[in-house]
Amino acid sequence: MSATALHDEHADHSHQTGFIRRWLMSTNHKDIGTLYMTWAIIAGIEGGVLSMIMRMQLAEPGNTLITSGQTWNAIVTAHGLIMIFFLVMPALIGGFGNWMVPMMIGAPDMAFPRLNNMSFWFLFMGFIFVNLGLLIGPGSGIGWTLYPPLSDSTFQPGPAVDFTLFSLHLAGISSLLGAINFIATILNMRAPGMTMHKMPLFVWSILVTAFLLLLAIPVLAGAITMLIMDRNFGTSFFEPGGGGDPVLFQHLFWFFGHPEVYIMILPAFGIVSTVVATFSKKPVFGYLGMVYAMIAIGFIGFVVWAHHMFVSGISHDSKIYFEAATLVVAVPTGIKVFSWIATMWGGSIELKTPMLWAIGFIFMFVVGGATGVVLANAGLDTDLHNTYFLIAHFHYVLSMGAVFGIFAGFYFWIGKMYGQQYPEFWGKVHFWTFFIGVNLTFFPQHFLGLAGMPRRYPDYPAAFAGWNYVSSVGSMVTSVSTLVFFYILFKIFTGKQVLADNYWGEGATTLEWTVASPAPHHTFEEVPVIR
Amino acid sequence: MTHRLRHARPEATELAELMKRSNRYLLLALGGCTALALAHPAVAATFPKNSAGFPIHAPTPWEWWFQPAASPIQKSIDWVMQFVLWIMFGVVLLVAGLLAYVMVKFHASKHPIPSTTTHNTLIEVVWTLVPALLLIIIFVPSLNLIYQQSDYKNPYMTVRVTGHQWYWEYDYLGAKGVDFTSYAVPPNELKPGEIKQLSADHPLVLPANQKIVFQITSGDVLHSFFIPSLGVQRYAIPGQYWHQWTEIDAPGIYYGECNQICGMNHDNMPIEIVALPMAQFQAWLTEAKADAAQGNVPPIHKFEVLAEAAAAKSAAIAQPGIRLASSTSK
Repeated sequence: MSATALHDEHADHSHQTGFIRRWLMSTNHKDIGTLYMTWAIIAGIEGGVLSMIMRMQLAEPGNTLITSGQTWNAIVTAHGLIMIFFLVMPALIGGFGNWMVPMMIGAPDMAFPRLNNMSFWFLFMGFIFVNLGLLIGPGSGIGWTLYPPLSDSTFQPGPAVDFTLFSLHLAGISSLLGAINFIATILNMRAPGMTMHKMPLFVWSILVTAFLLLLAIPVLAGAITMLIMDRNFGTSFFEPGGGGDPVLFQHLFWFFGHPEVYIMILPAFGIVSTVVATFSKKPVFGYLGMVYAMIAIGFIGFVVWAHHMFVSGISHDSKIYFEAATLVVAVPTGIKVFSWIATMWGGSIELKTPMLWAIGFIFMFVVGGATGVVLANAGLDTDLHNTYFLIAHFHYVLSMGAVFGIFAGFYFWIGKMYGQQYPEFWGKVHFWTFFIGVNLTFFPQHFLGLAGMPRRYPDYPAAFAGWNYVSSVGSMVTSVSTLVFFYILFKIFTGKQVLADNYWGEGATTLEWTVASPAPHHTFEEVPVIR
Repeated sequence: MTHRLRHARPEATELAELMKRSNRYLLLALGGCTALALAHPAVAATFPKNSAGFPIHAPTPWEWWFQPAASPIQKSIDWVMQFVLWIMFGVVLLVAGLLAYVMVKFHASKHPIPSTTTHNTLIEVVWTLVPALLLIIIFVPSLNLIYQQSDYKNPYMTVRVTGHQWYWEYDYLGAKGVDFTSYAVPPNELKPGEIKQLSADHPLVLPANQKIVFQITSGDVLHSFFIPSLGVQRYAIPGQYWHQWTEIDAPGIYYGECNQICGMNHDNMPIEIVALPMAQFQAWLTEAKADAAQGNVPPIHKFEVLAEAAAAKSAAIAQPGIRLASSTSK
């Protein structure tokens, strides 16, 4: 086969390839990004259905929708893992990261396209496994934190927990390969003239996220490998009867788990920065401050893990250190929030749907951040640890933080990705119903937590009935809102518009707006040069 | 606020306008909710009493603050919580106000030409230093709270608390043989005054107004020994002992729950504490020791009899409930 023949063959693949070739063997960053997005939506539907089941069970005391505590625990576990590993991470990093990073830096594709393909299919298998963990036998009822001894074979016999642990291995390998790919791409494949300090903030956010993944995932992999050995090969890393230490697992888990929190929120920061600047028609205020705030958040994120263990096996002095370190995170986070507001200050703001999600993100994230500062106080954790106050806190930063970021990115880029604009009116209906729904769901949970309601309870004392009912009503509103989203998806996929290259106008300045909508299979005809 | 949605279809415009107005109301409502949540319910709570005349300190419907504090630690927690929350409430309000301001003031309809300012060193330094200062202000009382909680030396008594799937075991370390288990009362066996998922068959009996240390461990998986109104929470970890102390302000009944996922009955291993005046507690303990010496299960229910006698006595001198000299002499 001559070089010419190779070249000719190369020239006509892309859109002409068959379904199997294009979607199962894809090496194109846009197609892989689409696969990630699609799978994130599917996983999101499952995670959402699980949360609806939970809220229905909790709507009033004594409900019998779920009759077994083990089933309940398995649902709680699957909900957490699916939302984190198979919705938020694939949507933000695999989806928007794959789609936008190469275009934004003027690169033809990711550095390692085949590795990119592997990343997605590892994730796909991980999703299958997490479902086996939910459905096989009595399910793995251990909570997403997987703490032994409950996750040991003595207390959770059968293969379900092993499936869950292997699912995390697969999702972890997927993330690790993806992180390596992003780091190589961003460091080596920027267009001429695009220095690090000219990179769009979304690219910076993915770069910092990739480094967090690179450093955190191996620790999780080590911890769950030890757990798998404890379960199946008679070791006792975490088994007190054999000299092991259950607290060691908590340290290892949260050494991964806390950076994981920032892994989920940093890409959303990047999207919000992009969207806020675009719809204010102003460059981001304090660009360098924003970049180094993200790097600082990433760095501090690695030295605060034991604030998840304030009432566990931890000494007095450790509490003081971890509290102080945790409070410090609020400083770079404050820089980001105030810089977003300063970006809007003096701008010419258009409240299009993506901007509503971005502003909603800022406000909800600040509420979640405020309760985060409360929870950082080791002494207050005595009353708040593992209560619904904590549940409210992390849903404010994730369910309203990360997810609002995902929706902001979706409405912002769907025209660029699919070539059809969303219906503006229904986008706003989606935003407002979702905003009301999630606030109604999660704000009352602060009160439940203060009154002392513990998490992971399928049933509760009658005194907690009132706010639980309100919360369940809120979740109904949220699910109706999600139906609006499906309608929007339907409108998008049946649309017949012709979209301009840059349909947002003067505010949209990054490289993806210089190419057609939808973006062509091979992005750039010639290498873009940045002044 | 006369901005028109450009892409809205005609019949949609009205609803869109309504939504825009609802924006303001929603912010107001949220602010109101938050304010409500933060205003401290300092009103002295009056508790229902059980048949023996003890106040029952249980969570109440629509409660939106901590259960009323019943120990010095919990009082400190309550105070620090208010302190931190008010500061954070101010921060949230500031951000909400700024967001609302820029959304209105710099809306494209009013402000068509965007400015090009992208830097202002002074303001960037200010919004780095001011939050740092606020955090230091928060850290000081918070640090004191950690020190207060860690001071579990020189207690009046120590109880070893062992979490099991799915019950608690209480071992009175100073009283040989007084060691019993405590299960949730099944829903179909609840007596009047008992609370589903909070009442236990054999409550932990403690003296009021004395420093108590819980030495917390587990016999199987992780549990968490959590009594909100007394400011006590610590994981029960197999193979390890962790200490938490408290001092119960007044005789009464206090409730807690297991707060770390421990398997299928995680929601059904409550903690019930009966705090007795010292004299009654001593009487109970004497009987418990005697029974233990004979190899019998300690007289778990005898405290009720004692309590009833005490209630009768206090009723005779026209005082409601239990009131003892020791509770005022502190």
